[in-house]
Amino acid sequence: MAVEPDPSAAFAGFAHPERLVSTAWLKAKLGTPGLVVVESDEDVLLYETGHIPGAVKIDWHTDLNDPVERDYIDGTEFAALLGGKGISRDTTVVVYGDKSNWWAAYALWVFTLFGHEDVRLLDGGRAKWEADGGEYTTLPSTPVAVDYPVVERDDSVIRAYKDDVLAHLGQPMIDVRSPEEFSGERTTAPAYPEEGALRAGHIPGAQNIPWGKAAAEDGTFRPVAELDALYRGQAGLNDGDDVVAYCRIGERSSHTWFVLTHLLGFENVRNYDGSWTEWGSAVRVPIVTGSEPGAAPKR
Amino acid sequence: MSDTDLPASLIEIREDFLALEKQDKLLLLLEFANELPELPEKFAEHPDLLEQVVECQSPVFIFVEVDENRIVHLHATAPKEAPTTRGFASILAQGLTGLSVEQVLAVPDDFPNTIGLTEAVSPLRIRGMTALLGRTKRQVREKTAA
Repeated sequence: MAVEPDPSAAFAGFAHPERLVSTAWLKAKLGTPGLVVVESDEDVLLYETGHIPGAVKIDWHTDLNDPVERDYIDGTEFAALLGGKGISRDTTVVVYGDKSNWWAAYALWVFTLFGHEDVRLLDGGRAKWEADGGEYTTLPSTPVAVDYPVVERDDSVIRAYKDDVLAHLGQPMIDVRSPEEFSGERTTAPAYPEEGALRAGHIPGAQNIPWGKAAAEDGTFRPVAELDALYRGQAGLNDGDDVVAYCRIGERSSHTWFVLTHLLGFENVRNYDGSWTEWGSAVRVPIVTGSEPGAAPKR
Repeated sequence: MSDTDLPASLIEIREDFLALEKQDKLLLLLEFANELPELPEKFAEHPDLLEQVVECQSPVFIFVEVDENRIVHLHATAPKEAPTTRGFASILAQGLTGLSVEQVLAVPDDFPNTIGLTEAVSPLRIRGMTALLGRTKRQVREKTAA
């Protein structure tokens, strides 16, 4: 039983306004049966310093990634994780986190791989919740475990593998990394750890729209007109386009995937989670350096 | 270096972490984060003296002092929004401060991987502490070079 969407006028222009909730909405709805709030952060300890009352923690790395293979957890593990957090298949899940919901969007994308239908973002994440005087607690949440069905992950719709990207060359692609990573001056985001790529640059033909441009200073998503100017204007995307987004390990591009899919209404957007740490080290894949997208090689 | 050569301060920190379950490891790391001392005033007024550890996910700055008795003092600062990084810095500040130059330089570079935190915070994140240790040792070398 889904909790009713946030009717805020601020979301009205988005393609799927029901995917966002405001801090005011969440304050009013906390404790509603059928609603579970999930915190997902870059910093693995931030939840422990204080979280929205009742919220459960799901860590992108220690919970959602397979501990051995470079892949996501499978249906059985996902069922155990969500059931243990008190989330049923029909639960309304609101995800929030640090850094303009960068990691929250990644968690939402992984939930979507398993077809969890009603998963939303708290617009602005932790920063906005704090700015709006939202309450935090350090009391551990004590969810009552429920049954979550084992659903096989479906990678075919919103996830792209390296071979998919090779077949996609020449079609619209968004590289959401920093301009320095795009041009090949460096392989990691400024001030981020080296995650290992042997070559620097970008996938031929990709447009560079750093993910953070979609977020305002307060962490909320920018209005639809500004997002249109970025992606339909600057990046030249057209309705009906088949789009691949990538970054370094697929987390920043989850944020852009959310913007393109749920805010701007593009229906065929895939996140290439192998991203630059795979592409930049793979043997015999084409890359381009410099600030221009460059052309896909003749095949 | 065998375990018996590791300074007592670091052995104690490692044993404390290894004795705990995953969630309690995180809470101990949070305790360390909360214990990170404020920077001495001389650094607060001179941020240019501090070195940024760019390998960490969040802004963290360190400064190493070697006193006239060749004892090492590590100062660090990181924002409250980055408790994991604060915790890493605090572990090293508490574990290394008061050791001799030779003792600090002899700490194995992979010490952060041996304290049982890798699984709790992920291998990717633990690299931040490895970088902190590496830069600390480099500063010690620079400051003691004849």
